[in-house]
Amino acid sequence: MTGRAPVADWATDFDHLDPAWIENPYPIWDELRRTCPVAHTERFSGVYLPVRYEDIRTVAYDPVHFSSRRIVIREGQTTLPPSPPVTSDPPAHRGERRMLLPAFTPDAVSKLEPRTRALCRELLDRLSDKSNCDGAIDYAQEIPTRLTAHMLGLSEGAGEQFRKWVHEYFELSVTDPTIAKRVTAELFAFFGAEIEKRRASPRDDLISYLLKVRIDGQPIDDNDINGTLRLLLFAGIDTTWSAIGTCLWHLATHGDDRKRLADDPQLIPTAVEEFLRAYAPVTVAREIVKDTEIGGRPCKQGQMVMLAFGAANRDPAMFPDAARIVVDRAVNRHAAFGLGIHRCIGSTLARMEIRVALEEWLGRFPDFVLTAGAVVKWSAGTVRGPRQLPITLGRR
Amino acid sequence: MSLPIDGPAASPSLRVRVNRERCQGHARCVVLAPELFAVDGFGEAHEIADGWVSSGFEDKAWLAKANCPELAIDIERPEEENA
Repeated sequence: MTGRAPVADWATDFDHLDPAWIENPYPIWDELRRTCPVAHTERFSGVYLPVRYEDIRTVAYDPVHFSSRRIVIREGQTTLPPSPPVTSDPPAHRGERRMLLPAFTPDAVSKLEPRTRALCRELLDRLSDKSNCDGAIDYAQEIPTRLTAHMLGLSEGAGEQFRKWVHEYFELSVTDPTIAKRVTAELFAFFGAEIEKRRASPRDDLISYLLKVRIDGQPIDDNDINGTLRLLLFAGIDTTWSAIGTCLWHLATHGDDRKRLADDPQLIPTAVEEFLRAYAPVTVAREIVKDTEIGGRPCKQGQMVMLAFGAANRDPAMFPDAARIVVDRAVNRHAAFGLGIHRCIGSTLARMEIRVALEEWLGRFPDFVLTAGAVVKWSAGTVRGPRQLPITLGRR
Repeated sequence: MSLPIDGPAASPSLRVRVNRERCQGHARCVVLAPELFAVDGFGEAHEIADGWVSSGFEDKAWLAKANCPELAIDIERPEEENA
């Protein structure tokens, strides 16, 4: 991102595309929490930024004032076709969400675990004779792309095209909304063709499931199926990829934690919760549809609110020793998957992917560090994770 | 409040309850205390065995409550209410 005006003051002119935010947003949020708990910027046509857990929770729980019809902060006010249920509000939201829930229960997810473990092993096999790799590119990004393709009944090789779409949609489109429109149209055509194929011959995959499912006795409109598939693609890929990459980054830079998890893999599920708390990859937004206030600050209709769940998760009023990463933190009521009716529907799936990815990686490469002198690059925009993560591998 | 006649043998001191209105299906309780909670076909949680916590599982009950992001788990102490 070049050519952006430097941030004058984080409380009144914040910019989530500023290099300082992209590199390390936590000190910015911590400072705002101490001095100005609800920041604002005139950029992007006006956005509010609460950073206290309590305020973020209040917004997440209030779909009457804070609508999900726009959930990504971009330049301009491009209207994109809906992706139910994430872009829906009550009352439509409930039925649209409910039809998806059975595909993401703990039982449904546990059936995907063997495939996930196998694909992690395939990826690690490719690294077996290497001493260096890119943890983000060679490993983290491949896991959710291939698994999502698997769930949708698409070739796992479709992953490359998925990544291109995801990158364009979440990163490039933030400053150029025409890209979001183009990507949406490309995906619409892509999924339209897949829907037709499943209609002709149903299979055991999510697309076929959506064609079969009924809401109040009615089949789902093809446009809505298409929107939901777009959501599953976008929501399931760079989020989990970012989470896995960030875990690897943490372990590559914190030898004590790495050793501890490699020696005691039973601790991995608890550690995953702590990594999700401390490095929550997802930031969403809401559109203010009725004048209101957040934490005492008046908020104007038509502007946006950024819900930085990572900021909520670092609030010392909610988490003792919030700035410290404690891999065995037992009480961890974090908001990495959101709160309220829009709780990430894939949270159990994401948790399984992250856990299996770490179990398999640490089983194969218990010793690894960031490659000396190499540069880590973080994504910009809605989802935060390493996009370049040079790692030097050791072996047991 | 009285214990059911066919309640667990070692008279339980705690009873857990999932507030269905608040539960959003994060499934933390089921992962942390599968002996006390289960989910339905939509991934929404409910308590097992009317919520009676068998002796030895009290810590798990508190752990599940402490990790529910929606504050949807209540714990009752029937003994205290009777006292």
